[in-house]
Amino acid sequence: MTDAVMGDPGSNGRFGDFGGRFVPEPLMPACQELEIAFREAWTDPTFIDEYHTILRDYGGRPTPITRCGRLSEELGVDLYLKREDLAHTGSHKINNVIGQALLTRRMGKQRMIAETGAGQHGVASATAAALLGLECVVFMGEVDTERQQLNVFRMELLGAEVRTVTSGSRTLKDAVNEAMRTWVSEVEDTHYCLGSVMGPHPFPWMVREFQRIIGDESVLQMFESGVGTPDFVVACVGGGSNAAGLFSGFVDSPAALVGVEAAGGAAISSGSPGVLHGMRSMLIQNDDGQIIEAHSISAGLDYPGIGPEHAHLAETGRARYETATDEEVLVALQRLASREGIIPALESAHALAWVIREAGHEIPLGSKVLINLSGRGDKDVAQVRAILRGGAT
Amino acid sequence: MAAPHLSRELPLKVAAGRTLLIPYVMAGLDDQWLDVVDAVVDAGADAVEVGLPFSDPIIDGPTIQEAGVRSIERGTTAVSALAQLARRDFPVPIVVMTYYNIIAHLGHERFAGLATNAGVSGAIVADLSLEELDGWAACADDSGIDTVLLVAPSTPPERTQRLCERSRGFVYAVARMGVTGERAELGSGVIDVVSKIRSFTSPPVCVGIGVSTPDQAAEVGESADGVIVGSALIRRLLDGEGPNGAAEFVGSLRRAIDA
Ligand SMILES: Cc1ncc(COP(=O)(O)O)c(C=O)c1O
Repeated sequence: MTDAVMGDPGSNGRFGDFGGRFVPEPLMPACQELEIAFREAWTDPTFIDEYHTILRDYGGRPTPITRCGRLSEELGVDLYLKREDLAHTGSHKINNVIGQALLTRRMGKQRMIAETGAGQHGVASATAAALLGLECVVFMGEVDTERQQLNVFRMELLGAEVRTVTSGSRTLKDAVNEAMRTWVSEVEDTHYCLGSVMGPHPFPWMVREFQRIIGDESVLQMFESGVGTPDFVVACVGGGSNAAGLFSGFVDSPAALVGVEAAGGAAISSGSPGVLHGMRSMLIQNDDGQIIEAHSISAGLDYPGIGPEHAHLAETGRARYETATDEEVLVALQRLASREGIIPALESAHALAWVIREAGHEIPLGSKVLINLSGRGDKDVAQVRAILRGGAT
Repeated sequence: MAAPHLSRELPLKVAAGRTLLIPYVMAGLDDQWLDVVDAVVDAGADAVEVGLPFSDPIIDGPTIQEAGVRSIERGTTAVSALAQLARRDFPVPIVVMTYYNIIAHLGHERFAGLATNAGVSGAIVADLSLEELDGWAACADDSGIDTVLLVAPSTPPERTQRLCERSRGFVYAVARMGVTGERAELGSGVIDVVSKIRSFTSPPVCVGIGVSTPDQAAEVGESADGVIVGSALIRRLLDGEGPNGAAEFVGSLRRAIDA
């Protein structure tokens, strides 16, 4: 294990007290095999080159950084957006799935399974599977298949099979449970393409490495444009993959790192340490150690945990974790749409909501602020319309 | 309180030529769950596996998931279940089966204290891997609780050896890759996993996950030291068969194994 912040977590997959590998014995060999395969691939120039080539020619990278002129003026801060909404499939999720799909092929497996909340990771997985000729099955909670019907159809168009999960709270956490259960019985020819920096080692580390392209590009772009290091680097956090990707570029800089969770699923501010889905991290749980359902307007942040590296960054104080409410998020989404002509995903709007609330308070006027616009809002338009027009939530 | 100890009792019975039968019961499933434990003991169980429910049971299929949900909805907690167990004496060892968060949340020492007070002498912690075992296992060893480890069809030989050395009470041989649940066919994996374990020195080898019928139990008993039956019993309990139905089913398993 290296001592570098956001470095290699070593063979135990530890980030301070967090991380590790808490899975039933049948899955242990698969996790170990995956770690070895990833370590080899991530030092193999051919693999790395193919990953970057696909993300450039197919994924639309590098994504630009946009300065928000009108909003900057209104808020009194210098606001920049890293435009992951412009990546293929409409969010940062493509970075991770291209990496994992290539790894699936490299391990000689024909099939990927994935969980999804908002549907973005499911769509991205289905896309990568189509591109590389792999089979794909996506698990999605029943609550989410209802609020993200278009994404279900998108996955089906892309040739994936969507399995509706009716157990537990029927959202993201239960989709993960079901994917893990399926992985146990099909591990021989199936890779579990986990969608965020969570789960058992090596997933939190591997997914961060596949997402660090966001941070690496941003550092270069901020430098080349003459803006330099931002004062604040802000991203929304569900499991924490878009935040981890962006933070990894700035962790050694003086920038303040801020993750914004949904107020109804805030693992850092309302949670406590625990073990779920193969990792020790911060979780929302009751007095008996039962995991509590998260509630958020955005399906992608409806997760009662957080990636273990974020739990560690919070504990050491290198990053801080804040929350935004559903109401603040709706306001933020409309404001970015009307002022800048960009409709953000409800998830990404959490990061913006915090900046809008804190500009001139926690964020001194005149600060340079970089927000990860992790995805576009097309998938959320019907839901937002229903809320704004119909008063429903 | 005075239930016999897992790692003393089971090897004696195996040495005496008995094939072990270990049924799984969900704590707090209904008002009668302790009567179900008594009933399966009377019907020939050599130890009882008592499930402490967890909200996210990733190695369990639909039947045990449903039992867990029902139990949690009735207000069952690890603390309440262990307190209820403590009020009865059982003539066979009691092993709890749960997920690590339930133990970690209470704290190793507190959990071990409540468990020993309840007469529990073994623990199966489904998602606690060998690599993460040390903290709990040290506490469990000090408290006289045997931590039973799993060996799966996917486990490589060198790792199997380490699991066999570290497992206490018995080794839980996973019959097939998959979650708990009833299966029409056992498949050929059982003999492979049992003989893999037998090539090392280990406590008794008991096979579970997917063993559903008396015929299957008898078949498993031919190669293994013991048989663990979960979902097939739980389904009967979910259907309301109660202690009598449980006794009848476990009795049929016992007769098939002994035949
Ligand atoms: C656009 C977008 N942003 C963020 C997230 C949350 O995931 P993470 O915290 O891993 O970036 C999702 C998840 O679905 C998403 O679709």
